[in-house]
Amino acid sequence: MDFLNFDAEACTLCGICVNVCPFGALKFEKNGIEVGESCRMCGLCVRKCPEKAIRFEQKANEVNKEEWRDFLIYAEQEQGKIHPVVFELIGEALKMAPKVGYHVNCVIAGGPGTAENAKDLLEYGVHKVFVYEHEELKWFRADCYTDVIADCIAAVKPSSVLIGGTELGRSLAPRLATRFHTGLTADCTKLDIKDNTDMIQIRPAFGGNIMAQITISRSRPQFATVRYRVMEKAKKVENPDGEIIRCKMTDDMVKSSIEILSAEVLEKKKSLEEEDIIVVAGRGAKNETGVALCRELADALGGQLAFTRPMVEDGFGDTAHQIGLSGRTVRPKLIITCGVSGAIQFTSCMNGSECIVAINNNPEAQIFNTAHYCIVDDLNQVVPKLTELVRNRKED
Amino acid sequence: MKIIVCMKQVPAGTNVEIDPETGAMKRLSSATRTNPYDLFALETALLLKEKMGGTVTVLTMGPAQAESMMKDAYACGADEAVILSDRKFAGSDVLSTSYTLRQGIQVLGGADLIICGRQTTDGDTAQVGPALAEHMHIPHAAWVTRIEEVTEKDISVQQKLGDVTQVSRIPFPCLITVEKDMCVPRLPSWILKKKTADRKVRFLSFEDLPNQDLTRYGLNGSPTAVERMFPPEKAQKQVYLEGSTEEKTKELFDILVSRKII
Repeated sequence: MDFLNFDAEACTLCGICVNVCPFGALKFEKNGIEVGESCRMCGLCVRKCPEKAIRFEQKANEVNKEEWRDFLIYAEQEQGKIHPVVFELIGEALKMAPKVGYHVNCVIAGGPGTAENAKDLLEYGVHKVFVYEHEELKWFRADCYTDVIADCIAAVKPSSVLIGGTELGRSLAPRLATRFHTGLTADCTKLDIKDNTDMIQIRPAFGGNIMAQITISRSRPQFATVRYRVMEKAKKVENPDGEIIRCKMTDDMVKSSIEILSAEVLEKKKSLEEEDIIVVAGRGAKNETGVALCRELADALGGQLAFTRPMVEDGFGDTAHQIGLSGRTVRPKLIITCGVSGAIQFTSCMNGSECIVAINNNPEAQIFNTAHYCIVDDLNQVVPKLTELVRNRKED
Repeated sequence: MKIIVCMKQVPAGTNVEIDPETGAMKRLSSATRTNPYDLFALETALLLKEKMGGTVTVLTMGPAQAESMMKDAYACGADEAVILSDRKFAGSDVLSTSYTLRQGIQVLGGADLIICGRQTTDGDTAQVGPALAEHMHIPHAAWVTRIEEVTEKDISVQQKLGDVTQVSRIPFPCLITVEKDMCVPRLPSWILKKKTADRKVRFLSFEDLPNQDLTRYGLNGSPTAVERMFPPEKAQKQVYLEGSTEEKTKELFDILVSRKII
């Protein structure tokens, strides 16, 4: 593999890299240090070289696609549990895999308990789970997490790597794609695969006004991050036959220059993405009174209140409760939009919802193109009436 | 302390249309603005400079018209502004954009701290920052919500990663991407604008960069390719509820109950 590049002028042949390599991939040769086949791209030598003579510098050469096979899914953990987006990624990969005869594998990294969590993945029909468990991986650090996952990628050589479009995933994926000098498509909403194993990656562009179909045809692996709650979850399989593979770890592999001073788990509130019922207050809700009506409806339904971008900008809510391209994507069972005009930036992030109700007094409002049930009326009238009906039913 | 802030000029609106016959994109508006998220990056840098001393350099890649954005940055207090501008950079995706920025930073002699906004409003990828850090082999922290402490040799930042709020100390050189609302971006000052009126914006082209391998830049250096663009799918069938307000509300309620949604 020609992933590493030595700057012959800067190299003093000190040999630190040769000693530090956990895989014995570096050797003294006639023309200086050479990288052998067993290199796993862990990056230790790059970090340890006192002369900064080693770099990841490979070019996007035309690759032999045959050498890169299967799907590899990064199984993110959140608070010691597997993040639900992972099951969506597995579901999507399992749909594509049979078309090209691929397996779906996972890589999971984290602190103690990680190997135990890995077992959950097998239930969904995953072929192999590569486990990296180490005390130092308890909290996310961009540098050593990149090294660890890169180690797996270099060993497994997957055709495609799927990563959840979470904060953590979107911090990790660009580093990995850059290290392997390959392409990364962010925030895909739809994936498919061609016969030649190129993934068809579809994502909204220009604020969602247009969909772009993107391919990575000259390099491998193909990286994609996928939005949470856009794809369908995998179903459990009857006879899981996958296996767990514990990957060798050294203390050096998890050395990070980043020092975690504190890490706090916020009180676990149902995130907007996890909510089954959402009421949205749009600009038509106008003021505190309108917003309060919407909030009462959300409370009566046992759901959450969310907002459109203009409402958040006006200080009615925070970005964690903003639906839209610059906020969250949701696909609840029920979403009731109140006074929402329905700009594409908004609708593209909620149109996967099972049941969409729109209440707006403007019959021309774009939201009515997306809604399943349309009520052209004043929300100040409809919303309290609906709240009352819901409350009375609960009391019955 | 030497700080570099990466900024981008983006289209002012996001209205685009597809020509139904040719499938080509028609961009409606040519008006531009500074990517709003980058203003928080610039403000963070200026605040750090006020505290620690040093310089703030703003860096962008884009057409020459980005000069207006850079002039505004001068009027906010930036010391130096550099535009990586060359037709050879056109069509860059994340990988080649971040690589070109890295080359530019090399020309500028590196930095202690690089600050990017969380994402742009046109690409929406939030990827260039971490990719740039990887190119430079330096650590990064993304989604930074607060600067906790800064010293001569490191910076401590708070990040929100899902349900976890994490505070980490990162040694220089490093890169951070900052969230909006972590500070209030200042407006360009009229006095500074007058003062900096003669200050030039520095342009760097392909020939100025250390790596002259054309396959690393622009469309050539971009592993992702856009195969086609198309308008989003139309929504499914819909039902308009009719009658008085009471009737409509009742009907909706009955539907939701009968469908076992509520």
